[in-house]
Amino acid sequence: MDKNYWITKEPINPGDCIDKVVRNEAGAVNTFMGTVREFTKGKRTLFLEYQAYVPMAEKKLEQIGDEIKEKWGNAEIAIVHRIGRLEITDIAVAIAVSTPHRADAFDASRYAIERIKEMVPIWKKEHWEDGEKWLGDQKENISYEAKIPSKEEMRDD
Amino acid sequence: MINVLFFAELQETSGHEKVTVDEDGLSVSELKSKLSTAYELSRLDQAMIAVNEEYSQEDTVVNSGDVVAFIPPVSGG
Repeated sequence: MDKNYWITKEPINPGDCIDKVVRNEAGAVNTFMGTVREFTKGKRTLFLEYQAYVPMAEKKLEQIGDEIKEKWGNAEIAIVHRIGRLEITDIAVAIAVSTPHRADAFDASRYAIERIKEMVPIWKKEHWEDGEKWLGDQKENISYEAKIPSKEEMRDD
Repeated sequence: MINVLFFAELQETSGHEKVTVDEDGLSVSELKSKLSTAYELSRLDQAMIAVNEEYSQEDTVVNSGDVVAFIPPVSGG
């Protein structure tokens, strides 16, 4: 895989992201992994199904990387998101960011995952014991009517 | 001919991943009203719109050969 931003149907190895950002100028590599949680507000998830608009999703992940480079300057970023059926504890997304100093690597990783949750065309379908549903905006506090999500709409989720 | 992509619940409700609309030069909002009637997509208004893989506005004019994707609220991560 020669891309730094990609969608995969295979299990994620976070080492693949780390390898892409390790470099001489970096004093910090921060990683974030999003994993499949079993219980949400007492409701048991059996498994998840992710779908993506793959070419656009990869472009939008790259855009997030570009935004990070603009905000934090010297940063290298790699992001992979998995699609298809994922079991409890599977890694859905892995992010690695390298920067000269640690504060920027932490902040930029956080920025990346929040931006993914607001604007990358990837969807999650929950399969519960008693049903299934494609989840939308999980906080239901943003109207998407005819508008492009802005950088200001960062959510804490 | 405009190519239209549906995802997630829109895909399930319409029963299609991809449809084509035999039109040229109409606005996204005009296309939307045609589709929501044809496929009974009452929640189409909640979707963002991407034209040729970039987020676009309701007044964007789409032409034959363009790919219009309806993007329900995302839930990746």
